[in-house]
Amino acid sequence: MVRQRLIFSGCWLLALLLAACGGSSTETPAPATTAGNPVQEATLSEAELANGIGPIQDLTLGPIDAALAAQGEASYTTKCTACHKMDTRYVGPPLGTVLQERTPAYIMNMMLNPDEMTKKHPEARAMLAQYMTVMPNQNLTQDEARAILEYLRQQQTAPQ
Amino acid sequence: MTRAFSKLTTGLGVVFLASLIIFSCQTARAPQGTSDAAASVYVPPGEHDTYYAFMSGGFSGNVTVHGLPSGRLIKTVPVFSQYPENGWGYAEETKNMLMTSFGFIPWDDSHHPELSQTDGVPDGRWLFINGNNTPRVARIDLSLFATTEIIEIPNSGGNHGSPFITPNSEYSVAATRFSVPIPQRDVPVDSYAENFRGSLTFIRADRPREMEIAFQILVPGFDYDLAHAGKGPSDGWMFFTSYNSEEAHTLLEVNASQHDKDFIAAVNWRRAEACVAGGQTRQMPADYRHNYMDTSHVAQSERLTSVTVLEAGDCSDMIYFLPTPKSPHGVDVDPTGQYIIAGGKLATVIPVHSFEKMLAAIESEQYETTIDGIPVLSYEAILHGEVENPGLGPLHTEFDGRGNAYTTAFISSEIVKWDIESTTVLDRIPVYYSVGHLMIPGGDSQQPWGEYLVALNKITKDRYLPTGPELAHAAQLIDISGDKMRMLLDFPTMGEPHYAQGIAAEVIRDQQVRMFPIEENTNPYAIKSEAEARVEREGNVVRVYMSSIRSHFAPDNIEGIRVGDEVYFHVTNLEQDWDVPHGFAVMGANNAELLIMPGETRTLKWTPQKEGVFPFYCTDFCSALHQEMQGYIRISGRNSGVPIAFGTGE
Repeated sequence: MVRQRLIFSGCWLLALLLAACGGSSTETPAPATTAGNPVQEATLSEAELANGIGPIQDLTLGPIDAALAAQGEASYTTKCTACHKMDTRYVGPPLGTVLQERTPAYIMNMMLNPDEMTKKHPEARAMLAQYMTVMPNQNLTQDEARAILEYLRQQQTAPQ
Repeated sequence: MTRAFSKLTTGLGVVFLASLIIFSCQTARAPQGTSDAAASVYVPPGEHDTYYAFMSGGFSGNVTVHGLPSGRLIKTVPVFSQYPENGWGYAEETKNMLMTSFGFIPWDDSHHPELSQTDGVPDGRWLFINGNNTPRVARIDLSLFATTEIIEIPNSGGNHGSPFITPNSEYSVAATRFSVPIPQRDVPVDSYAENFRGSLTFIRADRPREMEIAFQILVPGFDYDLAHAGKGPSDGWMFFTSYNSEEAHTLLEVNASQHDKDFIAAVNWRRAEACVAGGQTRQMPADYRHNYMDTSHVAQSERLTSVTVLEAGDCSDMIYFLPTPKSPHGVDVDPTGQYIIAGGKLATVIPVHSFEKMLAAIESEQYETTIDGIPVLSYEAILHGEVENPGLGPLHTEFDGRGNAYTTAFISSEIVKWDIESTTVLDRIPVYYSVGHLMIPGGDSQQPWGEYLVALNKITKDRYLPTGPELAHAAQLIDISGDKMRMLLDFPTMGEPHYAQGIAAEVIRDQQVRMFPIEENTNPYAIKSEAEARVEREGNVVRVYMSSIRSHFAPDNIEGIRVGDEVYFHVTNLEQDWDVPHGFAVMGANNAELLIMPGETRTLKWTPQKEGVFPFYCTDFCSALHQEMQGYIRISGRNSGVPIAFGTGE
């Protein structure tokens, strides 16, 4: 009992000392706001849950534009095929049926804003947990991402 | 008597004690910093410094970039020396940058960084730096913080007086420190007076990838030391210091210290341009290289065989000698462009020449004599004034833009602040130890940011925790915003920073390239997708076209390579995001690693020496699965029939 108390007061003293050391600093630098900080549980809206987090809010698609899809194929080949195949898992998930599972806006936001998506969106976080590799931000323009989406639409093997 | 004696001893004791304290202060340094000083150099975590400082790397051959006021080292830019950290001079794409007329040279001694200027103000486009040993001048692109161009200087030996820039970056100059036979030839050293010449070279500097020797002025065989351009009213002139007007070729510390005065060579470069245009030149055979990174990020090396030479005596009104005591080192022109200040290594005063008086003396031909057709102006006629008691061994001067000059005194280890107009000393501060150059951001331009001064000290001794016989060099940051100079901070520097340049952060930070668009990669061995990854054999040359992305290489299993093959790994980084370089290293490589920026292709040559299976891997921690970013290359015997095979994930 006596010994316990001693240890206790020792800790107290140490804590005091530490506090004193810490207390000598008058200003606490504001935490950096860049990526890499612990993520708070974000509360997402219905729209965000459906369409993802990013610049694309809503997207209405017309018939498949073959010329746009051809542009998209070129970007997809250079910037996506190192990790994705249509029919099978590679580094990332297969994309041949992705439009059955995700909305077009979600797919574009995943391409354009992968850092935030894999931190905040429950579906994207679940995919990261499953596939382990973070999806790189390939700095696509919205036009490029739209063209890649068109190519993906053209390549789907399941009803969209 | 006893009392008197006792008083005396007490008095002596006090003096002794006081001198002990003073002595210990000077040698073991009483702490000069205060919490006040600490607060003024404190940059909180995540915040940025307010200035970039570019320190020459001295005998490291590189440039280091520090933030001010923190003094933090934020980047090393390799220039003249191979740099294994990022494969500079080892990657095939970069080797040509280090080509010279002597072949591939992996090292130099870099002394003086100089920022490009527009209208006499540092503009943040480029940093130039001289290679002293094998005379060269390099251009560093400040959107990349990478060396993009190097030109070799013919007819030079020891490119010390370089690469000082004119106010609109028209020319960077290169004055030979060591006079040499021009052209080089086999002559006795003691025929110095007869055969040795100096050269003052003007390099066209404002066109990237097109640096060229515009002209060289041949001058008497002195040692040409440093330079600075005229500005404002003196724009169009370049001032070079010289010593060894005795033309000694041995034991210079004695033999080149005989004359009471040596010279500043004042060159009217617009007049020189007119003489070049007027054909008063000749073409001299020469052998030198011009190297540059082309638009594909591949170094090209051009061999040049001729240089335009102008004899000082063939172009009237172009060059004058300003007598200057005594073995002058630095020459600095104040922000108004009216005063030319030289530091004489052995001088007891700092002479301040007046540009206006210089023009008047030329006009009225107030010559003391003429040397090889070059008029020597009268010292008294051109003098604005002399700074008395400026400290021992004055070397270099910079300016704060408020009419004050700051001069380093090497022997007395101090910086002396003085008023340019009245030439009176205003303040002095000791520095530790033996200061050479000093730097005020913009301090050699028409518009200094007169807030901080960096003393670049030559001797370190006890300033840091001791590290054996070899010590880092010591820089010191001094607040010059008030009347009195205030010591703020010590920070270590790499190699030996001779000169440095500083610039407000906002001029540079917003123009940074973050990555290279993969679509624009025109490296002949680039691949634009993993589908193009392949291995090709041409005789005993094997080319591996490889891609990298978090977190794998393609191909990552390679077979069919034989002992004695020359294997080229052409690695393209397919990433398109900032701060995601990939590294590449293979066991037994005789050179270094590659560090490949996003969207770029770099090539490592590897000559397998032993049969076996050898791993390669990414050296730059890139992702959570970085440790998984690896591969194997199988090496078979010289006459093996194992076919080429490669793949990823199969």
